[in-house]
Amino acid sequence: MTTLPSRTTKPKMSPIDLWWSFLKYAVLVLLSFIVLAPVITAVLGGFKNTGELFQSPFGIPQVFRWENYTDILVNSSFWQQLANSSIIVAGDTILTVTFSSLLAFIFSRLDFPGRDLLFNFFTLGLLFPITIAFLPVYIQVRQMGLLDSYFGVILPLVAFGIPGATLILRGFFRAIPVELEDAAYIDGCDTLGFFWYILLPLARPALGAIFVLETIKAWNEYFLPLLILNDEKRWPLTLGIMQFQGQYATDWGRVMAFVSLLIVPAVAFYLLTQRYIVTGLTGGEIKG
Amino acid sequence: MGAIRTRVLPRAERRTEPRQRQGIKQWLIIGAFILPGAIIYFLFLILPMIQAVYYSLFKWNGLGPATDFRGLDNYGLVLNHNIFQLALQHSIVIVVLSLVIQLPSALLLAIAVGRKLKGRMLFRTIFFLPYVFSEIITAIIWTYVYHKNGLVNIILGALIPNYQPATLLADTNTVLFAVFAVITWKYFGLQMILYMAGLQQVSEEIEDAARIDGATEWGVLRYITIPMMGPTIRLTVFLSVLGSLNQFAITWVLTNGGPVSASELAATYMYKFGIVRFNLGYGSTVAVILFVISLIFSVGYQRTLLRRDYAGRVS
Repeated sequence: MTTLPSRTTKPKMSPIDLWWSFLKYAVLVLLSFIVLAPVITAVLGGFKNTGELFQSPFGIPQVFRWENYTDILVNSSFWQQLANSSIIVAGDTILTVTFSSLLAFIFSRLDFPGRDLLFNFFTLGLLFPITIAFLPVYIQVRQMGLLDSYFGVILPLVAFGIPGATLILRGFFRAIPVELEDAAYIDGCDTLGFFWYILLPLARPALGAIFVLETIKAWNEYFLPLLILNDEKRWPLTLGIMQFQGQYATDWGRVMAFVSLLIVPAVAFYLLTQRYIVTGLTGGEIKG
Repeated sequence: MGAIRTRVLPRAERRTEPRQRQGIKQWLIIGAFILPGAIIYFLFLILPMIQAVYYSLFKWNGLGPATDFRGLDNYGLVLNHNIFQLALQHSIVIVVLSLVIQLPSALLLAIAVGRKLKGRMLFRTIFFLPYVFSEIITAIIWTYVYHKNGLVNIILGALIPNYQPATLLADTNTVLFAVFAVITWKYFGLQMILYMAGLQQVSEEIEDAARIDGATEWGVLRYITIPMMGPTIRLTVFLSVLGSLNQFAITWVLTNGGPVSASELAATYMYKFGIVRFNLGYGSTVAVILFVISLIFSVGYQRTLLRRDYAGRVS
């Protein structure tokens, strides 16, 4: 480890420093346990029956009850729900990323009368969390005849995703130097060419961040589908799990198996895309 | 149509095309880029909120057109309903607990992990993990954790002799705090990540300079590190208050707002009394009230505290 010259005068770790760092690690390990214990017991629990689940939550299952999983997986409604979730995620992410990058381009690189006013109008949406708005949104979706359709869930998600995504992307677009724009222009690029061939490729980390954050949001969405989709054939996995919880009210093993089927891909996705998530949430201030 | 100034075309006169056509082309691009997003945004965000103000003036069960005009009666009914008042108090309790417990401990932890503790990336990955779980999964896992024979009671039973298993979610005295613990479990890592990002903005040179001048570690923390993280702290306070006011799914799945409304929050109240009971006019009134509360807080907060952080950044 390289140390700065000023640090070389620092004394060796005193006993107090040692205690401090021991204390730090003890607290961090304890908190890690609190975070992970419920998740680990849920995944282990997917292999247990109810009795075992409550007797030894941390124990390795005595018998691995794969039937908890196979019963869910042979049930065609699981695959239907997986497809529904995927449709909602794909629709929401594609539309949100597309519309927001178009808007962010206008608000960051073009200048026209009323631009800032229009931008403020779009950021107004940041003050309407979807939780406050879900009843009005439900009324509107119903009036448009979109109940029980994928678009009835996707379009409100896009509308509520646009303000935040536009704000983040606008910040990234503005950071791209004007000199680059001038150079592109001198080389014969027009506005569209600059946007498509220069700006978008350069903003890839930011686009990735929006894409990943929207994916998590849409995949996890619970009460919009709850309100808008009455038809069980359209239910995403987040509603499917409620159906399971009701159906197997006392069968915690099966509920935990369903939970695990949702958790494991989520964790894998998280570990793969962590860099983008951190970039998106912190505006690129820390490296993933 | 007036000439339009663009940064993309700083020297339009060099182009061989006539200037007028260029201007029209620019306006077409602006229109084509803005319209798709603007239409969706207007139809599914702005318009529903405007309609909510309209429907809040009616007694309306959602079937057929709204005709039973009641003026501001709904507002009186909502504001005087004891369960709504209770729900609002609970939401405020959640806000206060977040500000007093959640944020300071996330801040201290971010500072403790600091910039170069070994294994900091591992801890960050672990703490942030619950953020990616849906609220429904979170609530189901914690229903099991809080179960009479669940994790909490097993662990407390092992640590405390003669421990009597408690059902935290069924007890009106504990349920709100049990719900708050789950919210903290899910969002603690997000706040910590934001603070770790803020910490990177603090110059180590200034901290070292203070140490050389004889400042204690506490002094460095109190007078340099934390003040320099001001913008991040003010932003997390803002996000945390708005987020706490809008808690819904975790509470709804854990408790349905019960027992006897002991964990009723503003949003669960709106769902229960607006949608489940088909009083869409009444529910719209609740939505408008919550929106006004959020708006007053947001605008007030931005005008006072956030303003200087963003002054100069937004042109």
